[in-house]
Amino acid sequence: MLAFWKLYRRNLSAVLGLAILLLVFAVAATAHLFFPDDPFRLAGKSMSPPGAAGFLLGSDSLGRDIAAGIAHGAKTSLLIGLLATFVAVVTGVLMGALAGYYGGWVDDLLMRTTEMFQTIPSFVFAILLVAIMKPSIESIVIAIAVVSWPAVARLVRGEFLSLKNREFVQACHTLGMGDFRIMLGEILPNCLSPIIVIGSLMVATAILIESGLAFLGLGDPNIMSWGFQIGAGRTLLRSAWWVCTFPGIAILITVLAINLVGEGLNDALNPRLRERT
Amino acid sequence: MDHFTRRIRYVLKRLLQAVPIVLAIIVMNFFLLQLAEGDAVDVLAGEAGSATPEYMAELRAKFGLDQPLPVQLVLYLKNIASFDLGYSFRHEMPVLDLVLDRFFATVLLMVSTILLAVGFGVLLGLLAATGLNTWRDTAISIFALITYATPLFWVGLMLIVVFSLTLGWFPTSGMENIAAFHEGWDRVVDIAHHLVLPTITLSLFYLALYTRLMRASMLEQAGQDYVTTARAKGLTERRIMFVHVLRNALLPVVTMAGVQVGALIGGSVIVESVFAWPGLGMLAFEALFARDLNLLLGIFLLSALLVVAVNLVVDIIYSTLDPRIEVS
Repeated sequence: MLAFWKLYRRNLSAVLGLAILLLVFAVAATAHLFFPDDPFRLAGKSMSPPGAAGFLLGSDSLGRDIAAGIAHGAKTSLLIGLLATFVAVVTGVLMGALAGYYGGWVDDLLMRTTEMFQTIPSFVFAILLVAIMKPSIESIVIAIAVVSWPAVARLVRGEFLSLKNREFVQACHTLGMGDFRIMLGEILPNCLSPIIVIGSLMVATAILIESGLAFLGLGDPNIMSWGFQIGAGRTLLRSAWWVCTFPGIAILITVLAINLVGEGLNDALNPRLRERT
Repeated sequence: MDHFTRRIRYVLKRLLQAVPIVLAIIVMNFFLLQLAEGDAVDVLAGEAGSATPEYMAELRAKFGLDQPLPVQLVLYLKNIASFDLGYSFRHEMPVLDLVLDRFFATVLLMVSTILLAVGFGVLLGLLAATGLNTWRDTAISIFALITYATPLFWVGLMLIVVFSLTLGWFPTSGMENIAAFHEGWDRVVDIAHHLVLPTITLSLFYLALYTRLMRASMLEQAGQDYVTTARAKGLTERRIMFVHVLRNALLPVVTMAGVQVGALIGGSVIVESVFAWPGLGMLAFEALFARDLNLLLGIFLLSALLVVAVNLVVDIIYSTLDPRIEVS
């Protein structure tokens, strides 16, 4: 772990990204301490500019506190980003492992399915899925996971294909281990690094998709989110620019930080790549 | 076998490979329609305000909705095969007519976006790769990193604040100034004026993608043997970079442009709804608000077919550019 941190530390922008990400997590974790009230609650005079009427970042047309919305929205973004990525990675690993390990018709079937999912315009598909299932945290997580798993499946399949004929796997066969034990216990741990890297980058994409869905009015109606704030403020662009501006900056900074962390992980986990510029 | 028949064979083979994907997409579309709460008759009855159960049963029989699922699926496939994408009860028009009506606006936006994104992406990637590890490279990389992380709808709104509301350079929304009754050349200029902000917004994300890809591709090509040969021949560095390396480095960028069409359609839903650009994306946004699932599914099906078609065309063009592909 310490050796890993030493490698990671060499990439300055990755350390910066990690610091920002930790800050976002801190904001999400303390949202209920600093802003104990419901972020949908009318907190004061409507359309107050930043700094006025006790609003740090202003208020919107209904007098909701933008800063409170951003703090509570951080929770939503991180939660949905992490959950959706988790579901997508588990699905992708399962599909990719089966396809790569067994080959033959299993591989054909699973890879054709993956191809089909990769052909479909993913954001339009996500919109459709959420619209059909009715907007809620579960439906958003499912929709994002459904459009994200194919990339993982392809990656894991490739890794399994190259690892399954190695000596250590053959040794496991000779020892009489079952297929699933070999797949999960022996091969999978050997391809964790690329899965971790792709997973970390997927969290960023998931947050972007979630904000896009919420912007279009497909967010969970009971939960504050950054995309919802921007969508609600777009009609006020002329009179209250701050309603849209600050939640957007929050998305930008969070996604940027996650991308930097992902690249840092990539450099630290694949030391061979680091020599390349 | 001569070259020509081999090419025809390749094209036919690729066409055949696309058939199962298209079929699978249509079948999936059918099941998504089944998943949705309520059927077309419920919607109709809701619109009418009141409908007797007998009348609803009669309507279901008329549309074939009382048939078992496999029969309905065959019916659906038949409809799609005759280009019948269903009926939008909100617009009281066939989905196909609505979609075709909006098709041109989206294609216009997508083509201008691809041109801008690929053009500038190649340029920026080239600038970054030729000035490796200088301030120029760093600045371009930071720019790409930031645009890659920015939500499209937010960029669009910020551009409206700055360039439409504050500076007044560009219109905030729409595709043309209908009240002005422009004709001929004036109309083209008017549409181009409206096109600027949506195109910039939609291209930003892909610009970042192509910049990074072009930079990486240039660096990879610069390490190849033929570059050493060119250098040994005594060619100038400038000539090596711009004539030899650039040409080869462009290939992956062209492929990527084809692969990204699906993502571009998703992006255009957002950009069109920000700028009220009257294309397919805006139509999808309206369908979403009106809970018009028939229309939404029609748009989805058409955009998926569009992606399959574009990938096919790109593959065929690509095999012409790079004859090695046919061999495999």
